[in-house]
Parts: sequence; structure tokens; C-alpha cells
Amino acid sequence: MSDHPVLRGYVLPGLPQPLLTPEKNPGYARLRDAFGRVREQIAATDADLILVYSTMWPSVIGHQIQARPEPEWVHVDELFHDLGSIPYKFRIDSQFAAKWNEVCATRGLPTRTINYHGFPIDTGSVVTLKLINPDNRLPAVIASSNVYADRAETVVFAKAAVEALRQTGKKAIAVIVSSLSNRFHQEFIDPADDRIYSLKDHEWNLKMLEFLEAGRLEDVSQLSRQIQREARVRKVVNFKPFWWLASVMGPHNFYKGTVFGYEPVFGAGAAVVGLDRAAQQARDLEFDEEDPEVYAGERNVLDTTETLSGQAGDLEEAPGAGE
Amino acid sequence: MEKGKIVAGALAPHPPHLVYAENPPQNEPRAECGWETLRWGYERLRKSLSKIDYDAIVVFSPHWQTYVGTHFLGVESFNSLSVDPIFPNLFRYHYNLKVDVPLAQAMEKEARDAGLVTKMMTNPDFRVDYGTIISCHMTRPEWDKPIVSISSQRSTHYFSQDVTQGLMLKLGRATRKAIEASGKRVVLLSSNSLSHRHFTSEGDIPEDMSREHIYHHGQYLWDMQMIELMKAGKSKEIFELIPDFTEQTIAETDSGALSWMLAAMDFPTFPAEVHAYGTVIGTGNAVAEWNFETMGGDA
Repeated sequence: MSDHPVLRGYVLPGLPQPLLTPEKNPGYARLRDAFGRVREQIAATDADLILVYSTMWPSVIGHQIQARPEPEWVHVDELFHDLGSIPYKFRIDSQFAAKWNEVCATRGLPTRTINYHGFPIDTGSVVTLKLINPDNRLPAVIASSNVYADRAETVVFAKAAVEALRQTGKKAIAVIVSSLSNRFHQEFIDPADDRIYSLKDHEWNLKMLEFLEAGRLEDVSQLSRQIQREARVRKVVNFKPFWWLASVMGPHNFYKGTVFGYEPVFGAGAAVVGLDRAAQQARDLEFDEEDPEVYAGERNVLDTTETLSGQAGDLEEAPGAGE
Repeated sequence: MEKGKIVAGALAPHPPHLVYAENPPQNEPRAECGWETLRWGYERLRKSLSKIDYDAIVVFSPHWQTYVGTHFLGVESFNSLSVDPIFPNLFRYHYNLKVDVPLAQAMEKEARDAGLVTKMMTNPDFRVDYGTIISCHMTRPEWDKPIVSISSQRSTHYFSQDVTQGLMLKLGRATRKAIEASGKRVVLLSSNSLSHRHFTSEGDIPEDMSREHIYHHGQYLWDMQMIELMKAGKSKEIFELIPDFTEQTIAETDSGALSWMLAAMDFPTFPAEVHAYGTVIGTGNAVAEWNFETMGGDA
């Protein structure tokens, strides 16, 4: 029996169709049902909170952590505004948000908590929390995806969450909000005709799902750069959610995966996947990535030989991101 | 009905820091000072625009990001709170604005007829993006002119900047056609920074100007190149350079805003008045004006 404070992990899509218009496409309805099964699984645990890492919440000044105790608003998606409005009121574990922020600082990672009325919580976080935690049974903490961050920052951010959980004695469910492939159709479609944007995207999605179902979370994590090249619109420097999920759950392949659903949503690959801890490790283990504990600043790999000599002062003075 | 016209266009960047430093009553946070060079540039823009008559402001915002098509605000008025998702400590702004819906609808139709994918935004709960609000506030803080807000289709990220250039050429021409048919006199705003690499840390005092400078000298050189072209009246050259400029400086011209405005103005050949250049958290920003009433020929 694992004593890890993250009990389960989930990969959840953040597009609003399953919440707002499940009747428009049988696939949207199946995704909504899949969210329902996740809700039931979470309810059966003794978790204390839900940790959400949302790729749909970009930030620039490091990572941001939602800390407002009861954020409340009527949300409208900037693209799918015609699907309707989403009133929400969430319960946030402000104390844990503060602790996570504090631990990040001890690991050299710039972060900050957010506590403002009217702060625009992203569509993905709103949709997933409405569907997996509709009555706010568990408090949540939502974290942003820093647009300038790469793997080191993301790994350290996740490890800080685990350390904060251990320090507070709390147990959590970890959620990443992300599509798999994220290309949308470039014209408005009849939802009934929805399909994955391209066969290549679909094939990459199937590969990710095959790995996840086999419990190979760290293997997916280590494929992130290739997934970014092959199946993602390059809005940000890299595809980071699996780095975060693997680091927050443990960077290995000792998992059992369940694909609750996989459907196209406006061309993107929307999958609902659960990861439980398993006694046996999946095959094909090959880890070769670094496993940083603290963030030491960007490496300026394109800069001068002086920087390449690795003087910490040089590294720390250079603001910005990227490994 | 008299033929409508574009009376002016302005590069009107939207860092929330500028509104923060202005301390308008609509914004909750208070500042001591900051980014004066840019704010004084906006003062000069306002003074210049105050000398001409116009009916509406049309703003193209990089922060209304639509990954499918170009969208237009289509609700008569909005009254809400805008909180910047990146700098919520600086911008929590209570806005109350009117939209020129008939003009927006006309633009949407012209764009659709030109073959672009378009949509009107008619959800009254929609929160107007902060780029639109900041550029409009800095240009016309009285909020006494109706606006049209146009979203940024993210085709640069889906395809390339060259694709965006083609789309913006069509959108600009459609915008111009709709304005001419409307009989209205309109000011255009391109709500974007130039080079757009941010610092990723912020001082305890955000308006501490001892920290403010360009992120990288290469960005500065590129920004100056673009500004020199503005001052030389070479807007077609600007348009042609935008793909390289965007790639080299992560410029906010990826949004299509500046390309759209230059195309809508039919590529003016008279020099722009560059009211200011300054950096905001490392990004390069210029306030520049093409005023067809006082500086140049017909738009």
C-alpha cells in the first residue's frame, strides 16, 4: 500500500461541450458520462482536496495558484461563447495554496497565489470542477501553466505540491486539464459531424492512450516533447501536463490506467483517463530525463561560453524561461 | 449618406501597467507612478485625436483569442469587472462600455463575404477582454464613443504568420469597406506590443522603474527597425517584415492586429507620428498615430 499523498490521477479535457451541450453529439454525452464515473471514483476515496493543473490557464510571472476561498462568477468561453454561460462557485483550499506557494519558494521556483474577486478562472478548470465535483464536496486548488516554463520548472512545481501535501498531512486527487491533440476545425461545424482534426492527431492520441492504459505514465511524460511536435498546436513552449502529473504522482510506470472516454471535441482529442497505483510496473521502462529537486534558473543554452561554464550567479541573474 | 472613412489609426498597446499607473477611478489597485514615457505618449495621442471628429473606435485585440475564425462583439453594452489573468495585482477594472453593433455586424458580413470564417458574439454574460479595455481606456478614457472589438484568430499558431498576413489583408479590406458604407468616421486601434518577451519576475513595487528595460538588445534593434519604417511612411514594408519580426522577437504582431490595421488603412505612405516608445516588463511598446485628417491623405 503506497503512502504517497496523491491517491489517484486523472487526465481530463477542458472544452465546454460535454458540460453545456452534451445532447449535440453522442460523443459529448459519453464524455460527460465518463466525467461522472470519475466523480464517483473520487467520491469513494478519502482525499482531502483536488489539485488541478490547467493548461488552459496561462501565466507569465511564474506559476500562479488560485487561493480565493470561494471564487464566484458567470463564466463565458471566449471561443465557444454561443454555447452558453457557466455560473460557478467553488471551494478553494486557501491554506494549502499558501503552503504550496511557500514550498515553491524554498525550491527556488517563482510562484504566487491569486486571491481577487472576479479573477478569470479558465474554462478548463471551470468545466472539470463542475463535472467532477459539482457540489464542492472536496475543496480544490487550481494552478496555472507558466508559458515560459519548461520541464525543470514543471517538475519542481509538482514536487513542491507533494512536499506541501506531506507537510500538511493531506491526501489529494491530481488532475491535469488538457486535450491530447488540440487542433480545432478551422470552420464552424455541425457538432453532429465532429471528428478528430486529422488522422495523424488521432493516431498520436491512440498511442498516448495505449501507454496510459498500460500505466506507463512516465513514458508518456518523456514523450512530451515529441507529442508537442506531432500533435499539438504550438501555443506554448512545450507540452507540459504529463511532466506535472508524472512528477506529482511519482515518475515511474507503476500504474494501472483506465480510459473512461475518448472523443473528438471540435477536432481536438478529448480523453478522460484515470491512473491508479499498481503493484507491478509496466514493461519498457526507460528513463533518461533529469529529476531536478530545485529550480536553479534558466540555462541560457544559446548564450556565451561563460554561461556554459555553469556559474550559478550568471544563471540566476538571467530572468526568463526555458531549459 | 456621406461616405464613411477611417480618420485615424493608432498602434495602441495594452500593457495593464499603463492603466495601473494612471490611477483611474475604474481600476482598484493604486500606483505611485510608472511607465511615464508611454503614458505621456498616450497623452499626445489623445490630444491629437481630440482635434478631429469621429463616431466610433474599432479595436483589434490580441487578448480575445479565437482559435476558430474572427469574432466581433455584438451586444449593445457591457458593464462588468475585468481582472487581468497575468497581472491581477495591477488591473481590476470596472468597465461600462457601448458597442456599435450595426457597424460590427457590417464588418462581420463584409469579412464573411470575403471568405473569412466569422462569428458575432451575442452572449450578454461575455467578459470583454482586457486588451480591448486597456487600449480604449488609454486612447479615450471618457468612454463616450461606441466601440467595435475584433478578436484575434490564432492562425499564426495554427499555420504561420504568412497565413495570418493573408487573412488580415482580407479582414482589413472588409473593415474598410464596412466603414465606408456606414457613413461613419472611425478611429482604428491596433492593440499590441512590438517585441513581446517578458521578464518572468516582478518587483515588490511593480512601478519600480529601476527594473524596467528591454528584455534583449536584439528585440530593441528590431523594434527600432519597425519604428523607423513607421516614421518613414513605409507601411507596406512593415507589413512585409511582420513575419520575420514576429519570429525574431516573439512579437505580439502574431495576433494580426497591426497587419489588419495597415491593410484597413490601405497602407498609408505618409509618416506616422510616433508618440512614444517604452518597455513594459521587458516588452517593447510604441504609441504611433496615422492621422488622415491632420497628417496625410485619404485613408
